[in-house]
Amino acid sequence: MRKRQPKTYTRLTHPLVRDSRDEPFRRATWEEALDRTARGLGAARGAFGMFSCARATNEMNYVAQKFARVVMGTNNVDSCNRTCHAPSVAGLSAAFGSGGGTSSYEEVEHTDVIVMWGSNARFAHPIFFQHVLRGIRNGARMYAVDPRRTSTAEWAESWLGLNVGTDIPMAHAIGREIIHAGLVDEAFVRRATTGFEEYRALVEPWTPSLAEKVTGVPAAAVRELAHAYARAERAQLCWTLGITEHHNGTDNVRALVNLSLLTGHVGRYGSGLQPLRGQNNVQGGGDMGAIPNRLPGFQDILDADVRLKFESAWGTTVQPRYGLNLTEMFEAMEDGSLRAVYCIGENPAQSEADAGQAVRRLRSLDFLVVQDIFLTKTAELADVVLPATAGWAETEGTTTNSERRVQRVRRAVAPPGEAREDIDIICDLAARLGHDWKYADAEAVWNELRSVSPDHYGMTYERLEEHQGIQWPCPSTDAIEPTYLHGRLWEKDPVRRGRPAPFGLVRHDPPVDLTDEEYPIRLTTGRRLDSYNTGVQSGGFPSPLRRGEHVELCPEDAERYGVVVGEEVRVSSRRGSVLAPVWIDTSLRPGLAFMTFHFPDEVDTNRLTIEANCPIAGTAEFKASAIRIEKLPAPTHVR
Amino acid sequence: MDLHFGDSEPTDEERAAVDALLGPPESSWEGADRSDTDLRWARGGREARDRRDLLLPGLHAVNDRVGWISEGALNYLCRRLTVPPAEAYGVATFYAMFSLRPRPATVLHVCTDLTCAAAGADDLCAGAEARLGPGSGVAVERSPCLGLCERAPAALAVRAGDPARTAVSAPATVAAAVRAAGAPDAAPAEPPAVTAVPQAGDPSLTLLGRVGVVDPASLDDYRAHGGYTALRRAFALGPAGVIREVTDSGLVGRGGAAFPTGRKWQATASRPDRPHYLVCNADESEPGTFKDRVIMEGDPYALVEAMTIAAYATGAHTGHLYLRGEYPRALLRMRHAVDRARARGLLGDDILGQGYAFDIEIRRGAGAYVCGEETALFNSIEGYRGEPRSKPPFPVEKGLFGKPTVENNVETLVNVLPILTRGAPAYAATGTPDSTGTKLFCVSGSVERPGVYEVPFGTTLGGLLEPAGVREGLRAVLLGGAAGGFVRADELDIPLTFEGTREAGTTLGSGVVMAFDDTVPLPRLLLRIARFFRDESCGQCVPCRVGTVRQEEALHRIVERTGADAAGDIALLREVGRAMRDASICGLGQTAWNAVESAIDRLGAYE
Amino acid sequence: MTVTPLGIPRRLLEFTLDGEPVRVPEGTTILDACRAAGKDVPTLCEGDTLRPKNACRVCVVEVEGSRTLVPACSRRAEPGMEVRTGTERARHSRKVVLELLASSVDLSTTPRVAGWLEEYGAEPDRFGPDAARLGEEPRIDNDLYVRDYDKCILCYKCVDACGEQWQNTFAISVAGRGFDARIAVEHDAALTDSACVYCGNCIEVCPTGALSFKSEFDMRAAGTWDESKQTRTTTVCAYCGVGCNVTLHVQDNEIVKVTSPHDNPVTHGNLCIKGRFGYQHVQNRD
Repeated sequence: MRKRQPKTYTRLTHPLVRDSRDEPFRRATWEEALDRTARGLGAARGAFGMFSCARATNEMNYVAQKFARVVMGTNNVDSCNRTCHAPSVAGLSAAFGSGGGTSSYEEVEHTDVIVMWGSNARFAHPIFFQHVLRGIRNGARMYAVDPRRTSTAEWAESWLGLNVGTDIPMAHAIGREIIHAGLVDEAFVRRATTGFEEYRALVEPWTPSLAEKVTGVPAAAVRELAHAYARAERAQLCWTLGITEHHNGTDNVRALVNLSLLTGHVGRYGSGLQPLRGQNNVQGGGDMGAIPNRLPGFQDILDADVRLKFESAWGTTVQPRYGLNLTEMFEAMEDGSLRAVYCIGENPAQSEADAGQAVRRLRSLDFLVVQDIFLTKTAELADVVLPATAGWAETEGTTTNSERRVQRVRRAVAPPGEAREDIDIICDLAARLGHDWKYADAEAVWNELRSVSPDHYGMTYERLEEHQGIQWPCPSTDAIEPTYLHGRLWEKDPVRRGRPAPFGLVRHDPPVDLTDEEYPIRLTTGRRLDSYNTGVQSGGFPSPLRRGEHVELCPEDAERYGVVVGEEVRVSSRRGSVLAPVWIDTSLRPGLAFMTFHFPDEVDTNRLTIEANCPIAGTAEFKASAIRIEKLPAPTHVR
Repeated sequence: MDLHFGDSEPTDEERAAVDALLGPPESSWEGADRSDTDLRWARGGREARDRRDLLLPGLHAVNDRVGWISEGALNYLCRRLTVPPAEAYGVATFYAMFSLRPRPATVLHVCTDLTCAAAGADDLCAGAEARLGPGSGVAVERSPCLGLCERAPAALAVRAGDPARTAVSAPATVAAAVRAAGAPDAAPAEPPAVTAVPQAGDPSLTLLGRVGVVDPASLDDYRAHGGYTALRRAFALGPAGVIREVTDSGLVGRGGAAFPTGRKWQATASRPDRPHYLVCNADESEPGTFKDRVIMEGDPYALVEAMTIAAYATGAHTGHLYLRGEYPRALLRMRHAVDRARARGLLGDDILGQGYAFDIEIRRGAGAYVCGEETALFNSIEGYRGEPRSKPPFPVEKGLFGKPTVENNVETLVNVLPILTRGAPAYAATGTPDSTGTKLFCVSGSVERPGVYEVPFGTTLGGLLEPAGVREGLRAVLLGGAAGGFVRADELDIPLTFEGTREAGTTLGSGVVMAFDDTVPLPRLLLRIARFFRDESCGQCVPCRVGTVRQEEALHRIVERTGADAAGDIALLREVGRAMRDASICGLGQTAWNAVESAIDRLGAYE
Repeated sequence: MTVTPLGIPRRLLEFTLDGEPVRVPEGTTILDACRAAGKDVPTLCEGDTLRPKNACRVCVVEVEGSRTLVPACSRRAEPGMEVRTGTERARHSRKVVLELLASSVDLSTTPRVAGWLEEYGAEPDRFGPDAARLGEEPRIDNDLYVRDYDKCILCYKCVDACGEQWQNTFAISVAGRGFDARIAVEHDAALTDSACVYCGNCIEVCPTGALSFKSEFDMRAAGTWDESKQTRTTTVCAYCGVGCNVTLHVQDNEIVKVTSPHDNPVTHGNLCIKGRFGYQHVQNRD
């Protein structure tokens, strides 16, 4: 028996450099570290990528993308939203022209039906789930679609335990049932959508019985959900990574959006689509333009007028093409066309699918600078490590949450040692590379952003304080807009209604990593209540709930493999293999296993996952790998 | 709900007890074996959460079968009902009759309350405890009033099993009580209910007229003695007509608060919110009270009929009869009566072919005096701790399950039968203008013929006690029970009406008339009353929760003191008592100091 | 600009408060009205994010025509009602309630109570040295928070916050009855054997300090807890995309406690385990 202790990270307090990769780090002055960084980046102009940070402030993301675009002349800027919610942004903007969730938390409390699809919000978004619970207590019926009967699903009127990666068949079958039952909101479909006939033809084969065969869920359950959703006067459709972390994540999102178009459950108070963001500023990072295809304010780079506005504001030329996303940047490392990376606050060496491959690629770079608060696994690969501040507690600024609410973050504690604020560091580097930016404080950055982003124009710091955050769009300093987006779709006047929302004509495509005799078990991944991502932050507090990483099996499978709780087993996929102790969970069924990536230093789950990426959004299929479980010859037990 | 369950599993016995109540589990999520469908589809939501009201019956089921409630049993019950274990634990620990720790299958409840204490309960208890030590298979528990005051001292043996067995020993000797506990099945049969009615055979009896006359197990016999003529009349009058009759009759509630019944019915009937509920409060727990028991044991169909009429008048289709947990025979009789009435179409979808639907659910209390408070009783039925709710909103607006509810006690309801059969004017002709009809009094203590007496309102206290045969040396009479007040032996001319007792600065309460002679040590009696309230306080509000403790402490200090030695503590009692009366949530705390105060002021205790 | 639904407008009603006519929206409690009028009515079990439980009875006031005093926290104002907040009768009950509590519970960390004891002339000692007290020891069964039930006034707020009104975890309940009633998990087990998810939303609402961060408990024990040296800064939690507002209580550049603004539209004062307790990584400075 041995007790697993999560690795505890201590804060970085001074810059670290090394002269070659096989040497250990040594302490350096800021002067030296910044000079080296400027040299390393300057040498790689044209082959540079910026990993911005979905956990840092809007202001920092604004400055980071500006650094990439103005100083380095590239649109190669992205962040870890790629590994989680990029498909939501891609799918929603394809339908509605804007990538944000369409409604607000408060509306969930006043709706009639709530569908939680691929979302264990009870664990992953506990305070959002409190709004759901309020809704349930107010009389709403909740439905859960999830391979596992999660804590969230236990609150549902009905839980539908589908096979991993069969969300599109389920959605299409629901759509077909709605059409056949005559429950389509015909006026809405006629006025506010396009492509209905094609959609009808697309979903026609997906009878409830075919859906039952493919998804594993009884046809009656599918029918019941279809009727409940379509007959509700108001309905909310919420999803998380169970939808997006697939090789066809954007298609999954489109399939769900279709259901809202069919029933008119979008653009009204209480009816909408709510992707739940995994990180504090995934929404804001994208809004600030820290993505390869959009400028701040989610404005399209390909729009010449938009570019002109930014070019005159920044006094530079903006490349008239999309940059590489995170996934593409990793691929570009492979072929040598990307040679230097500035990585701020991200830990791709552990958070990327197929982590072994990610580490190899990072090692192949000419120059890697990592700016973080800890010496993460990614930082250990760097040439220069710059100690930064913790965005949420040590800096001023704003972040944007899942309901598009921009809120102030404030400095509560002083950073340790010589750690400096991200924006100051970036500005110092910009100065060394020939761009002398002067920002008195975060508010100055914000005001610059406001001047170029109409959606944020009305949000002064003063108003953000007064209203405890404001949701975008907020074009005016005098008014607050409705809590939901796309009310325009309900306008009678076609001009005000704007572009109708197209149905997404997407097809079922099963997970890439097929199960077979050799790898018979479907592994899916997710979060636990008390832990977060790679555990670098959440490992720091003594959670009584934490029991370290396990491979969770259903009781039947545990019996089949002759393993018991705590027994260490070998878990292997086509890509790698790890040792993990067993946990038994009745929410699983035979052939379905569950792991998290909270404890990569003990069990590196992402050595098992597959880097099969969504071609549109670039998100990997974390939710579906094929594995096998092997009992060890001399089992050890972990408590 | 995402409930958390520990590792404890139920025994087969416990599982069977729960399944007997709820039926077998429908899915593995409720405790059945895992099936393929379970792993693909689970139902839950509001339907699952809406069965909370089966928690108390479920706890009874386990306690009845095993004698106590284990962790595994509680887990299983919670899983079946989608109730959080912590909440179920909070509910189970609220009731005196449940044990969450292992105990012998047989429990002998020995009443140590006022009448029984005066009749030697302490010796009985000590004797039983001495004979039934560890290893005897019997646990002896001191109990508040068992409602057997006409046969004091009393003991009730309960043996867990399938079914659970009970035996009453009253008047009890140590030997008889021990025998009853050792073999409940072989214990001598209880005397019929009519033995508690000294006036039996008197043709003037109205409410008690059928007790001892009809066979309580026979619906036909009940009908042969005038049963169901009142309901027929009710259907002829229609709901509004019934309410008018009841209003005109001047009937007021007999539970203690004396609220006009017609007004209560009208207020409920007129509420647009649906459904409406009827609740019959048969949680007769006031020490010294046993009249409802006598009616339920002796004339159970009368209550079924009366509840049907009340429900019809107020627009309710479900009635809950909340019956004291310590009344096994009344429960048996009422269950039988309800079943028979249902079988004969006198309950169910189409009563008397009138298209009116009504049925009765019987719920057992589990040993909590406070559940006699109407809103505490709602919480108890709903599966929550029996804590009173704050009013407003009143039950007629938001009562059981948050719906308009009329709650009446047993005696109040059975008065409706003569009102309808004789008509309101004839009914109101008995008694006084402000207190119409007859009243049941539970006479016990220092009298030759204790029992339930039915007399017209306006009879004096002396007029009631005379036929009961007061023994010599009468020192005081406690009116209204522990929540009532003492009067002196020279105050027997107090007229027994609501207005008369009010004028005399005392109360009728629920009709307790307990006589004490001068051999009873008054301070000990008061201490017993204080302990009763301390034990029975639900603990929700500070004045009652801590106030009852401080009062008992003070009474303990002065149990042997008088005059100046007691003055300080009496002042303290008054100050605390005043705050309890003013600031407690419910009647329990508000009246807990009444009896003691009256003993000090009226009887000169501690002088 | 599109019009956002604002809810149904509420009517105004008029009643008399200490002889002065006041107008308040329908549904206003007497306590709300008192506060709006600048009257300080003491409260203990009342919580701004919870439905009134009116268990402590320290806020009682006199209402014309009412047989008993009424709790200001839960009783809604009615047209024509005559309310008096400072009568001898009301003050007497408040005094006795404070005495009953102070004589049985450790109120040393209950804000404002010392002032009220003085204001109402309460003498908790007069129940004598043998007056029953709760006599509970602090329960330290995890590293995040401590349950010191000797300080518990049984206000039910933690139960309500853990249960139906917010968290819906139902880890705790009131168990037992009367003076023996205690807040407990099932079978009075350790927290670690319960449904507790360590959201700390019970700590957020606890009015007496019976529930506290382990950090606060330890610092108080060591005599280093000093609220006058603490700053409170509200920022946004970094653990997921919901955007919960967290108020960091900082003493000597160390986060010692985390709360959330009760009027915040995202949290309503509630957090999860990560937001409430997951701050230590920031201050793992060496």
